[in-house]
Amino acid sequence: MRNGELYFKAGSEDPSSILAEIYEHLLPAYPKFYKMDQLSKLGWLATEILLGPEFRYKNYPADKVGIVLSNANASLDTDIRYYDTVKDIASPALFVYTLPNIVAGEISIRHRLKGENAFFIFDHFNAGFIQQYVSGLLNNDNLQACICGWVETLGKQLDAALFLVEKTPNAGAVGFTPAIMNQIYQ
Amino acid sequence: MNSAPVFIASTGTISSIGKDTETSLQSLENGVAGMDTMHWLESSHKGKLPVAEVKFSNAELASICGLNEHIPRTALLSAIAAKEAVDKSGIDLKSGLRIGFISANTVGGMDKTENFFKPFLADHSKGHLRNVVHHECGSVTEIVADLLGVKDFISTISTACSSSANAIFFGARLIKQNRLDVVIAGGADALTRFTLNGFNTLMILDDKFCRPFDENRKGLNLGEGAGYVVMVSEKIANTLKTKPTISLSGYANANDAYHQTASSPDGAGSYFAMKFALEMSRLKPADISYINLHGTGTQNNDIAEGTAVKRLFDPVFPPMSSTKSFTGHTLGASGGIEAVFSVLALQNDLIFPNLRFETAITGLPFKPVTELLKGKGLKHVMSNSFGFGGNCSSLVFSKS
Amino acid sequence: MEKLMSDLKKQIIEQLNLQDVKPEDIGDDQPLFVEGLGLDSIDALELIVLLQQHYKIKISNAEDGPKVFRSVRTMAEYITTHQPSNA
Repeated sequence: MRNGELYFKAGSEDPSSILAEIYEHLLPAYPKFYKMDQLSKLGWLATEILLGPEFRYKNYPADKVGIVLSNANASLDTDIRYYDTVKDIASPALFVYTLPNIVAGEISIRHRLKGENAFFIFDHFNAGFIQQYVSGLLNNDNLQACICGWVETLGKQLDAALFLVEKTPNAGAVGFTPAIMNQIYQ
Repeated sequence: MNSAPVFIASTGTISSIGKDTETSLQSLENGVAGMDTMHWLESSHKGKLPVAEVKFSNAELASICGLNEHIPRTALLSAIAAKEAVDKSGIDLKSGLRIGFISANTVGGMDKTENFFKPFLADHSKGHLRNVVHHECGSVTEIVADLLGVKDFISTISTACSSSANAIFFGARLIKQNRLDVVIAGGADALTRFTLNGFNTLMILDDKFCRPFDENRKGLNLGEGAGYVVMVSEKIANTLKTKPTISLSGYANANDAYHQTASSPDGAGSYFAMKFALEMSRLKPADISYINLHGTGTQNNDIAEGTAVKRLFDPVFPPMSSTKSFTGHTLGASGGIEAVFSVLALQNDLIFPNLRFETAITGLPFKPVTELLKGKGLKHVMSNSFGFGGNCSSLVFSKS
Repeated sequence: MEKLMSDLKKQIIEQLNLQDVKPEDIGDDQPLFVEGLGLDSIDALELIVLLQQHYKIKISNAEDGPKVFRSVRTMAEYITTHQPSNA
């Protein structure tokens, strides 16, 4: 879904095939994608869809765009996968993804964003918290835009809802309130 | 709103060099490092890789903080340090103030999960489910918040090795925004086989004691511990018996946007974090009296951090050192522990040495302090914490 | 040697998740890192795992990596000289 419209419907049911299908649909020519863990793939693809081709024309300074993400299970999905490799020979490539904030790192690398990053753990999508935290960043600490929201994966579950919040309002943008965020999330 | 000062009322820490703030200070003054051969952790690397363990068993830790010994070691360490900080603040948490507990960790209850998996993988009917209920990072925070009796605001941050520095400045923001009166913030991490094996596969562990900022550094030593500060608004500070003199005057976080684990060669993320933290505290580079470096002892971190320091401070470099030469790298706890050490430096007018340093890094025009320096009139101390995922944070503490 | 190099190419692609690279795209002497296949430091560690898994060869010093992993040919040569037995 993008801005309320169905963006792409994947035919597969298995999470890794769904993510691969979306990637192939977008065709961003970013071979590093295949190396990411499921959480990073999900957050990375969601950001691709969220920002679309328009974003780079806005020319925000790199250090004025931040990322604030949250979920309930941190990197548990990859922790378990990594643990499986430890029995044989532990995989360094998997280990680097056993931290939830790596997804924010991958998004920063892709879009060359150097602004503030944060990753919070909550039981459920906490729109009120995200709204307050990100508003604080925009109002006090000089961010001009922020990618924020929820990125969660565990086993067969994929669940991401990201928002682009900008200090200067855009034509067609909705207000940044917990009620609207919850509505979009559902 | 941003100019409202946030004061440090008290500190609490536990690590391989001490069970509380006082014993840690003694070790820092006497140059006693906490690394040793592995004692508590069960691992095939025992005897081969030195680690900086807290010198108590889970049962001993549990009896210090009054918790059950079966909860994750990370929670036990967190409870001890957070309780110390709260006790020393002289603040009654039940007096109706708006109180927050913001804690960082990266491993959660991984130690217990490991103990679950071993018998479980061998025989699926075995393994104690009790061991996995606390796996999630957030549950460690909740156990300790319950123990302290904090209910107003509880949050867990997990952004790798800069986690607890981020927890501290997040707490400061909530005070500045007048959403809370008192915040206990920092982080904890216990040593686990998970992190030890992981860092070992990344080939960045030194099989001797680590040598941060040395040309011949071979990698880091893993450590464990916890560190917390109690922060208060000016209004609360004025009501305390001894008015706090140290404030958190600046902080910033930036992303290096280079690689999942490696720092960019020019340390762009570290540079921006330090620069913005200075700007916020309205200081010039020359005003900084001591930098507590991130200084892990890996090839990559130290040259990137050093290059960023060079770019920002050239030509006059303040005294600097990595106290990871004492505590090892305590991951999610390091920003909290080093914040406590930075406050100790200001309170006691001390600059702690960078142990085992011999040769300056080629291309860097400075070297770390190698002996304890006293009475230099410290005013402002910068503490760096950089993490995987490109997450870089700097804090500035000032003495008024 | 030819057989070993063609096996290696397939194993590298699998180990490093290089979905959009085919074995024939990798030249025997093409540099694997930066200007060649564009591999990074974590890939280097995965290649160390590959040698351990498929050829029972252990590289304990990460600094040897750049020499051994310069190209598929240097990897193959390292394997032939360091293989413990014919396994």
